[in-house]
Amino acid sequence: MIRASHLRKIYPDRSRSSPRSQVVAVDDVSFEVAAGEIVGLLGPNGAGKTTTMQMLTTLTRPTSGRAQVAGYDLATQARYVRAAIGYVSQRGSASDDSTVGEELVDYGLLHGLSPTDAFARGRTLAERYRLDDLWDREVGTLSGGQRRRLDIAMSLVHRPRLVFLDEPTVGLDPASRASLWAHVRELRDTSGVTVLLSTHYLDEADALCDRLLVISGGRLIADGPPAQIKRMMGPDTLTVTVPSETELPDLLAVLTDATGEKPEVSGLEVSVRFAGGTGTLAAVLARIDAAALTTASVELRPPSLDEAFFALTSKEVAA
Amino acid sequence: MSAVRSTAVMFRRQVRGTLRKRAYLAVGLAQPVLYLALFGPLLGAFAGQLGANPYTLLVPGLLVQQAVIGSLFVGFGLLRDMQAGVLDAQRVTPASRWALLTGRTLYNVLDAAVQGLILVVLGFAFGMRADALGGVVGFLLALLLTAAFCAAGYGLAVTLKNQQTFGVLVNAISLPVLLLSGVLIPMSVAPGWLQAVSAILPTTHIVTGVRAAFAGDITSTAVLVGLLWTVGVTIAAFMYGGRAFARANR
Ligand SMILES: Nc1ncnc2c1ncn2[C@@H]1O[C@H](COP(=O)(O)OP(=O)(O)OP(=O)(O)O)[C@@H](O)[C@H]1O
Ligand SMILES: [Mg+2]
Repeated sequence: MIRASHLRKIYPDRSRSSPRSQVVAVDDVSFEVAAGEIVGLLGPNGAGKTTTMQMLTTLTRPTSGRAQVAGYDLATQARYVRAAIGYVSQRGSASDDSTVGEELVDYGLLHGLSPTDAFARGRTLAERYRLDDLWDREVGTLSGGQRRRLDIAMSLVHRPRLVFLDEPTVGLDPASRASLWAHVRELRDTSGVTVLLSTHYLDEADALCDRLLVISGGRLIADGPPAQIKRMMGPDTLTVTVPSETELPDLLAVLTDATGEKPEVSGLEVSVRFAGGTGTLAAVLARIDAAALTTASVELRPPSLDEAFFALTSKEVAA
Repeated sequence: MSAVRSTAVMFRRQVRGTLRKRAYLAVGLAQPVLYLALFGPLLGAFAGQLGANPYTLLVPGLLVQQAVIGSLFVGFGLLRDMQAGVLDAQRVTPASRWALLTGRTLYNVLDAAVQGLILVVLGFAFGMRADALGGVVGFLLALLLTAAFCAAGYGLAVTLKNQQTFGVLVNAISLPVLLLSGVLIPMSVAPGWLQAVSAILPTTHIVTGVRAAFAGDITSTAVLVGLLWTVGVTIAAFMYGGRAFARANR
């Protein structure tokens, strides 16, 4: 559904006085998205998520590189691409000056639906996205969540096969986020729509996406299912809790010695990166025993996506 | 996808938006009244020197001023839409980029026509003298100029993307037009060197043309020159605006 190869985007840097200085927003990014996939574009602020989406949605011309989007060439068949895709920008889509109904109908018309079809389609979407009671409301008076639902509904008026959502859940409360996730899944499950969404929320990426593209400093640094991205981080975390502070110095010594890593203390909890797997866990426990330490709990945990993310992106910065 | 229909959709969106903004409507309608009521008497002080009813000079001048400066300012509305993501949402539809530009511009022409009509009607009430047919020709010229400067204003806004830069540039363009092209005070009262500077500006010739048309000299060279300049400026502005709209975000 998307085949991007060696996409690069260089902006002139307006903040610098020198006219030659440039920002490399996206740097040699290649990836593919299959039909029916929900793929997350994950990365810190300024990573190049929005720029990547803007290139793939024909809003910004790549400095170099090519892409096929929904089966059409981005550079030469932009109009066909536009007809096949939906896009919700980070900033939103709906205008404060219109009503909910007007926005839904107008975008249908701009996509070439007849007035009757545009109205019917707008009504259907309003119902599906719980906007039917708000049909006559001015967009400027909507809540953040209502507005985001409208943005998404607007991007679906022409039944696109592929939808780009740039930070769709930003500013939403947990309930609205969950309901939006449900909508995205339903979109894929019932209509077979392919989704590329960007997010900062790792739990969201983990819960919603079949596959993640991690991007940092304009470069694609990881591409795989959430579980694999988490594993790329490598070591698990071993957390040992002791009943009293007096045990802490000895525990620290034992853990440092056994793992070769620097443990971190938080209250009565000591955590350490643990690459050894469960096999060597027994050895560590034996050393703790041998030191006559009492422990309240011992826990071995695989890395969370947050940790994987920080590990991946800071590796990139260090490189 | 018919470009005409997209244009109509864009036009209707703008009209609807305006009808909802009561304050904007009120200020927009009050503006010509204020100009005539406050500036007319000031110009009246020169009445002897000018050899005409001040409103005979002022109304055509104000029509051109509105067509230039009022129109450039439409870019601010577009910048607001850009910031809210509205323009991007429209640009990812298959609607033609020309339609997006033209739909907005047509609305601005309607807006200018309504304000212009108020100006002309009030002008007559204040004692302006004008030829009926010539007045219509002058009025249409001003509307064409409105379309041109709106297209230019939209093009500039899309290119600059920044309220502050856009504001500075619009002022930089507006000021010489306002002061040097004889919009409010005819350049005939200015010293020779200033008249020479003024003659460089297309708007000077357009103002002269519109005034001549209102005076009824439709077949005069002044009207022809004004018309040619207006058409030239319009073609250039639409080529620029259209390209700016069609070109991606760079
Ligand atoms: N129009 C532009 N002109 C100059 N630089 C730009 C422009 N747009 C983006 N950039 C720069 O390109 C880089 C990538 O920006 P982009 O908006 O794609 O990041 P992002 O991953 O979407 O970030 P965020 O999570 O904050 O939305 C940033 O350094 C940004 O400052
Ligand atoms: Mg972004």
